[in-house]
Amino acid sequence: MTGAAAMELVCPAGTPASLKAAVASGADAVYLGFRDDTNARNFPGLNFSRAELEENLDYAHGRGCKIFLAVNTFPAAGDPGPWHRAVDDAAALGVDAIIVADIGLADYATRKHPNLRRHLSVQASASNPESIRFYQRSFGVKRVVLPRVLTIPEIAALNREIEVETEVFVFGGLCVMAEGRCSLSSYVTGQSPNTNGVCSPASHVQYTSEGDRLISRLGDFTINAFEEGEPAGYPTLCKGRFCAGGKTSYLFEEPTSLNAIGLLSELREAGVTGLKIEGRQRGKAYIAKVVKSFRDAIDAMERGEVIAPADLSSLTEGGENTTGAYERAWR
Amino acid sequence: MMLDRPDQGGEVPARGDARTKLTMGPVLFNWDPKVWRDFYYTIADQADVDSVCLGEVVCSKRAPLFAPHIPAVIERLRAAGKEVVLSSLALIMAPREMDQMRELAATDEFLIEANDISVAALLEGRDHGIGPFVNVYNEGTLGFLAARGARRICLPTELPAGAINALQKFSAELDTELEIMVFGRLPLAISARCYHARSAGLHKDNCQFVCGQDSDGLVVDTLDGDPFLAINGPQTLSASYLSLAAEIQALQAMGIRRFRLSPHSMDMVKVADVFRALTTGTIDGEEAGTRIAEISGSVATCNGHFHAASGCRSLCL
Repeated sequence: MTGAAAMELVCPAGTPASLKAAVASGADAVYLGFRDDTNARNFPGLNFSRAELEENLDYAHGRGCKIFLAVNTFPAAGDPGPWHRAVDDAAALGVDAIIVADIGLADYATRKHPNLRRHLSVQASASNPESIRFYQRSFGVKRVVLPRVLTIPEIAALNREIEVETEVFVFGGLCVMAEGRCSLSSYVTGQSPNTNGVCSPASHVQYTSEGDRLISRLGDFTINAFEEGEPAGYPTLCKGRFCAGGKTSYLFEEPTSLNAIGLLSELREAGVTGLKIEGRQRGKAYIAKVVKSFRDAIDAMERGEVIAPADLSSLTEGGENTTGAYERAWR
Repeated sequence: MMLDRPDQGGEVPARGDARTKLTMGPVLFNWDPKVWRDFYYTIADQADVDSVCLGEVVCSKRAPLFAPHIPAVIERLRAAGKEVVLSSLALIMAPREMDQMRELAATDEFLIEANDISVAALLEGRDHGIGPFVNVYNEGTLGFLAARGARRICLPTELPAGAINALQKFSAELDTELEIMVFGRLPLAISARCYHARSAGLHKDNCQFVCGQDSDGLVVDTLDGDPFLAINGPQTLSASYLSLAAEIQALQAMGIRRFRLSPHSMDMVKVADVFRALTTGTIDGEEAGTRIAEISGSVATCNGHFHAASGCRSLCL
């Protein structure tokens, strides 16, 4: 879909405090999940109970901010109950949209709650017009969160071919694999984004000292080793240092974060509607700073002004950032 | 449509035919086109498998390399009584790739296996297959796809026994057959980025097809030198080889009647013989393990996903 109205800033919240920080900092919408494995950020101490969602829905709606509920893991065979209840409760509580990835769950929501707005999660990995038309035709999805595999010209071409809104990630953690199609974490830990809502879970992380070096391990495998004084990143397994073909390198991706704050006008030109910030696991101070920076950048762009992008390097992994797949050279 | 099923020929087996079927999956690696062709010729002439998948799944840049050999390979496989299955790309981004897939989906002569939901959508209403790169985790998705023509579904490799059992029970009520991958490096992830090119300091657009140097993928070691993963262009696989040899009986007891072997450079005819002997009960899992070690040069094997553990684990029943 092209020629959309003002772009919408879609912000993460893992706690009520983060939600309030996002709303206060200028979020147009906040996305969140219930406190179980029905959502892709199923981390200890995060997410919302039904009562917390109800309370915070009123808070957000009272301030003109929408709430999207992510029910974006893949329901377990033989036990769809928790996922169905999440969708039913989302409808009953009156969220503005649910974000789903699974075909069966999208079908359930379409049949049970036809008036509940449906967005397609990035975890569905819908990267082309035929996939997106399938979800639109089958489940009436109104918006598709695009996987982080497309360049901006590809997004523009895609938007010319489809009739639903698109939403893209502009900041935060960066999956280098097509989302929803990665079982690296379950290979190493038995816990996967698709089924458990976690990737490289902290419960399987170990740090050990060997002489001057700090070794980080995930499950049975060494993911990285740091010399003294070198900042030790979290061992997300696709951001580790490995050896291939006789060379040691960050083979898949450096420890870095996505930052597309300099590409907002190109994304608008490409017909994008939603600008999404990753990070439901982040604290309220982080959320406030990132959301405010993007709010200011979007508002300036809408006014036709050019402002210097805020320096967000203190908020990115290892102080590094990338525009990821938006630029073809990343591939 | 006419499916190219050998069992639709003169001798039509009764529905519910108890013979377990074997599928040779698509070659996932960038093999020299002549090696690719000769592999399929050998499978056609010598391998005791029922169905054979071909087509580029991983990187669209490779498809033109072996395309000239496809007609002869199909002819050879059909002459040998094998069902030919055409596999689609798994990650479709560029309009050129989408057009290739529209062309593939227009084919009416073969069973087409969709490895992306876009291809399944193009095949809606006609008999088709679903490959292991489409997320079929539960009854809701299985039923939805089956109602739109999915006659055979090769399940994602991370599913544990309990999920496979539940889905098999559900599919018994449908006209859809489930297939389980039982041998080969696990396809763990696919990306827009080419890791083979990146590892060689090249860009994907000028990759010089360096992936062609590694017929089973390039092994990725940890800093301790432990084999961890294998890269194959934009795909990441496990370094260990999935082997559900010891689990075949349990899968058959669930009602699974079709197993997939994923091709590697080892003698796949012999690998197929091992799995055939397992399905007919003439050897047990232990004997199969010994034979696979002989054939493969003792590659490390894993089966953890089936046992609801880390996929990299090799667990005893």
